[in-house]
Amino acid sequence: MNFMLDAISWFLLASGCFLCITGGLGLFRFPDFFTRMHAASITDSLGSGLIIVGLAFQTPGDWLVVAKLGFILVFIFFTSPTASHALAKAALHAGQKPWQKQT
Amino acid sequence: MFIAAAAALLISMLFALSRAFLGPSIYDRILSVNMFGTKTVLLIAVLGFMMGRPEFLDIAIVYALINFISIIGILRFFEYTHPPVVNSSEQNGESDS
Repeated sequence: MNFMLDAISWFLLASGCFLCITGGLGLFRFPDFFTRMHAASITDSLGSGLIIVGLAFQTPGDWLVVAKLGFILVFIFFTSPTASHALAKAALHAGQKPWQKQT
Repeated sequence: MFIAAAAALLISMLFALSRAFLGPSIYDRILSVNMFGTKTVLLIAVLGFMMGRPEFLDIAIVYALINFISIIGILRFFEYTHPPVVNSSEQNGESDS
């Protein structure tokens, strides 16, 4: 039983970290602000979600730790899209043009 | 396993920092600082688990709260110092600026 929990948590942590690295790479390489925002917000929501759930599987017995991790998860799930939306609106509002393909 | 997770988080934080330095516009920098803050929250949580100290999660919760407030504060600040380019948005027919 204990091994199963460790395997699940290790898998979740690995996939969360993979998403974080690919999101960071996307943030670094994408040509335009709005494409970079797409890359960054992926890691913020799903990447951190997977990592936090992976951490929660580490200590199933201690309900306080799982409760705190749950609060962080819910909070990030609410604030990360809100912040990204506010940022996109502010950028668009200030005249930041989305990148069109050079025809 | 935690060391690998912490290393992966540090790598993505490096990417965010490099975009913060390279970013042409202010909004790239705000975006990368936002991502850096979220990754710090995760790093604190992972380090807390690595060293067997569950109190780190309180720090991670506080950091997540502050990170969100600071992003909204920065945006609110830049909204007034950078006047919206209204005329150009009307030309290409953006519905609401």
